[in-house]
This record gives sequence, C-alpha cells and structure tokens, in this order.
Amino acid sequence: MLAYLGRRLLQSVFVLLGVSVIVFGLLHLTGDPTRLLLPLEAREEDVRQLRALLGLDDPLWMQYARFLSRAVRGDFGLSFKHQVPALTLIAQTLPATLQLTAAGLALALLVAVPAGILAALRRNSLLDAICSVGVLIGQAMPVYWLGLLLIMVFAVGLGWFPAAGRDGLSSLVLPATALGAFSMARIARMARSGMLEVLAQDYVRTARAAGVRAFVVTYKYALKNAAIPLVTIVGLEFGILLGGAVITETIFAWPGVGRLAVDAIFSRDYPLVQAIVAMLATLFVLINLVMDLIYTYLDPRIVFVRRAR
Amino acid sequence: MSESASATAVTALEAPARLARRRPSFRAVFGLTVLLIMSGAAVLAPQIAPWDPARQMLMKRLRPPAWEARGLREHPLGTDHLGRDILSRIVHGGRISLGVGLSAVTLSALIGVSLGLLAGFHGGRTDAVVMRVADVFLAIPYILLAMGVVFALGPSLLNVILVMAVTRWVQFARIVRADVLSIREREFVSGARARGNRSLRLLLRHVLPNALTPIIVVATLELAFMIIYESALSFLGLGVQPPTPTWGWMLADGRNYLATAWWLATFPGLAIMLTVLAVNLLGDWLRDTLDPRLKV
Repeated sequence: MLAYLGRRLLQSVFVLLGVSVIVFGLLHLTGDPTRLLLPLEAREEDVRQLRALLGLDDPLWMQYARFLSRAVRGDFGLSFKHQVPALTLIAQTLPATLQLTAAGLALALLVAVPAGILAALRRNSLLDAICSVGVLIGQAMPVYWLGLLLIMVFAVGLGWFPAAGRDGLSSLVLPATALGAFSMARIARMARSGMLEVLAQDYVRTARAAGVRAFVVTYKYALKNAAIPLVTIVGLEFGILLGGAVITETIFAWPGVGRLAVDAIFSRDYPLVQAIVAMLATLFVLINLVMDLIYTYLDPRIVFVRRAR
Repeated sequence: MSESASATAVTALEAPARLARRRPSFRAVFGLTVLLIMSGAAVLAPQIAPWDPARQMLMKRLRPPAWEARGLREHPLGTDHLGRDILSRIVHGGRISLGVGLSAVTLSALIGVSLGLLAGFHGGRTDAVVMRVADVFLAIPYILLAMGVVFALGPSLLNVILVMAVTRWVQFARIVRADVLSIREREFVSGARARGNRSLRLLLRHVLPNALTPIIVVATLELAFMIIYESALSFLGLGVQPPTPTWGWMLADGRNYLATAWWLATFPGLAIMLTVLAVNLLGDWLRDTLDPRLKV
C-alpha cells in the first residue's frame, strides 16, 4: 500500500513536470516570444531590451530551469494587463470557479445517480426510456448552446434567474445547470450500466435466493458495489467540468478563472495564461490523486491488479 | 479499460459480416439517416443552398422563420443581423463542422494509435513514458491549451485541425494500448514472431488488424466530440475565421440577439446537436455490435 502510494505520488510529479514543459512551450511556440509580448509596432530596440530583460538570449534549457524554479514557488510573473502577480489574480477568481464547478457536479450527481439506478432497477420501463432519451440529448448538447437556450428561456423570457454575473444563489442556477448537464448524462449512463452489471452478479442472485429482502439486496449489497466505479468518474468529471467552466463562465459573465483565462488569451497576457493552465492542471492532478486513494480504500484489490501489470 | 475486452470483440475481418447480420436498431437507423442528410447537405452545399451564405441583404435583416408573422417564404429559417440566409449558412457551416471534425479525428487516431501500439507492444519504459505523456495531456484543460496555441499561431483551418488532434489523441492511445497488451500474448503473434517477422510488420499485419474494432468505435464517438470542440473554438472566436460560416460562429453572433431574435442562436445549435446525436447513436450501435464489453 505504501509502495503504491509512493509510486502514485511520483507519477503525479512526473505529470506536473510534463505540464510545466507544455506551459513553458506555449510562450515559445512562435519562436520569438517577444513578438507575442510586445505590440506589433514595437521598435527593434524595445525588442532587444525585452529579450535581455526576460533572459531570452540564454539557452532554452536554462530558461526552462528558471521558469520551473519560479513556478514551483508559485511565481509566474506579473500579469501584463493587470500588473499584479498572476497567482494573486487566480486566487481572487478561483473560489467563483470552484463554486460553479462544485455546484455543477453536485447537481449532476443528485439527478444522475438516482435516475441511473432507478432506470436500471426498472429496466425497459417508461422511466428507463425517458432517462435514456435524456442521456442521449444531454450528451449531444454543447454547453455553449444549452447556456444560450437557458438564458433565452429562463432569464430573458420568464425572468426567473439573472442572465449574467455572480450575485447570490439565484445567479448560480443557470450556469451550474448548463455546466452540469453533460456530466449528468454521462454519470446517469454509468450509474445505470454499473447497477445492471452488479445486479447480474452471482452474489446478488445468491442473496436473493437465500431470502434476503429485495430492499436490502438492492440498497445495501448492490448499491455499495455499483458506487465504486463512480468514485473515479467523479475525479475525471471534475477535470472535464473545469474545462467546461471556461466556456460557461464566458457565456454567463461568471467572474471565475475560466473567464480570466479567455480574457488573458485575447489580451496576449501570457504569464497569466501560463499560470492558469498550470494551476488548473495541478488541481486536476491533485483531485485525481485523492480520488485514486479513496478508490484504493474502497476496493483494495486494485493495488494488486495494478502491481501485476 | 478491461484487458479482456478483446475476448468477445470481433476482429476487423469479421466486422462487416457481424454488422450485416445484426439488424440495426431504430436508433442506429435514425442516426445514420440524419448523418447522411447532414453530410449530403454539406457536400452539396453550393448546389442546394438557396442563397450565397455570405450575401448580405440589409433590407431583410433579422427576419424570423417563414412560419412567423414577419417571416419570408424565401428564407425558411429566417435571416441574421446582416440579412444573411440562416438555412444557407447552416448548410455551408456543415462543411466546416464535418470536414474539420473528420480531419481532426483521423489525425488524432493516427497519433494515438501509433503511440498506443508502441506502448502496448514494447511495454517497459516506452509504455511508461507514453502513458505518462498521455496523463499530462489529460491533466491540461484542453480548451485553454487549444485557445492559447491557436491564438499564438493564428486561427487557420490547418492550425485548428492540428490543435484539436494533438489535444485528443489520448483516447486512442489508451484503448489501443490496453488491447495490444492482451493481443501480444496470443499464439498467432508469437507464431508470426517465430516465423521471423520483424516488429513493424508484426505490428501492422498481425496486431493492428486485431485492435481495429475498438479504434473504429472510439473514432466514431470522438467525431461527435470533435464537432462540439470545433464549434466551441469557433464560438470563442478562435476557429475558422469569417466569412466562412461555421455553426459556432453563428451561435456567437446569435448571442447578441437572444432577447430579440431567438432563431439566430437556436437553429445552428440544433444543427450541432442533431449531428452529434446522430454520430453518437451510430457509435453506440457500432460498440454494441462489434465490441459490447468496450466501455467508452
């Protein structure tokens, strides 16, 4: 168990190193970053000055080493546009994003898990059919379109919720719904197929044959085992939601990291873009690490299976 | 991914027969029909679109669909804020959505399958490196990476396709690797090896064909994803640039008229959803028929 934990930690460090290479490369993509950083009409002299200032004349590996050693300490430099440390801006906007993501995920789980399980228990019923149509539509609906439709119907048309901004719980409803819909569909599908799989297992049949009450079999034996794969899904889903938050926040003018990122990209604020990509990736890696550990706790067999590979 | 998946999967050679034997479900037929209509319309767009998609008719700005009071019969789905015909723009936009989607899937399959074959077949250090790189790409929010890259390199058709492919190869690599891990232990592989086949030939002639069905299924489901992805980039202003009509761009236009002209943001979105739904239905059917144990 301890060895597994150690290896898993090492893997995460490796992944974060990889992320840092890509984030570093992002700035050097066009060859000469000064061209990205300075306005097009910049004088030759300014370009030379900035090159010297940023140490761009050093060998690439040296620049990377410098970038990494700063990044590890959370120093991504000043945002060009806002002239404050990039990390400060992220710290200011991250709570809004986490709130939105958590709300989207909670909504998805609250609807999808019961729906998927009920659909599995009453297979081929009307409820199952409604669920599966909902899943199909949910998986085909792009978040940006759903967002626009929600605004059109519930903000502009009915006036129930605000169309934009972050002001109390009512402003959270539409963005969280738009963001969570896709995950809701995926989770419902997983929950249904997971539950069906467990219900077909021998121990469920045995328990039934032995006269254990149906209620106990379903909600105690089957549900517990069907829940295991859902734990990993939640980790991955959280990453997908963080990505989806970029678009959702843009549509609903939600003051989070995603909107900050889009804004930073369009204003060529590269230090800020680098910092945001790095922070979101780190967050994703950490969440999945934690989820993996929970998973291992729930299902100790996994350690041995992975060791055998 | 369960490594025993290939036990019940069919090989590429049996696939056509299996598909022909099994009666397609209503869902599959529906998906295929919608997809054929959509791609037919996209291919024939210059011939069948009633108007030039870029033609602005300022006298007929923001006309609603034909069935509404102010609608015009010659513009069945209405016109946008510049008086362009929405139906024609949707028909033409399909060329970008489907074209970019298909190209991006092909390219990302090429990258992912090659790396997956390599990782699964060679194992050891190669495997470890490829899979860790895959983890890196999973961890980075792909839409931000894509936006950053496209913005730095310029939003050309090629750049958009490249970025989409490079950020999505992981799906293919993982599924192929898992499959190859079990295929390489089978007798016919060691047999072929014993006959003196070299690695590359062994991979292409013996291993790859046996891993083909999950690749086809993943490719179909990824196509659906790529269509949404392309429109997302367009919507954010970083896809293929105007005047080429794209569904995502049309939605972005419609965003400013949510209160006054609902049809601007409704029909392009409907086109995206129907296409994605159709591709997904087809993908589900392929999976259930060819490789029922595949969990993608």
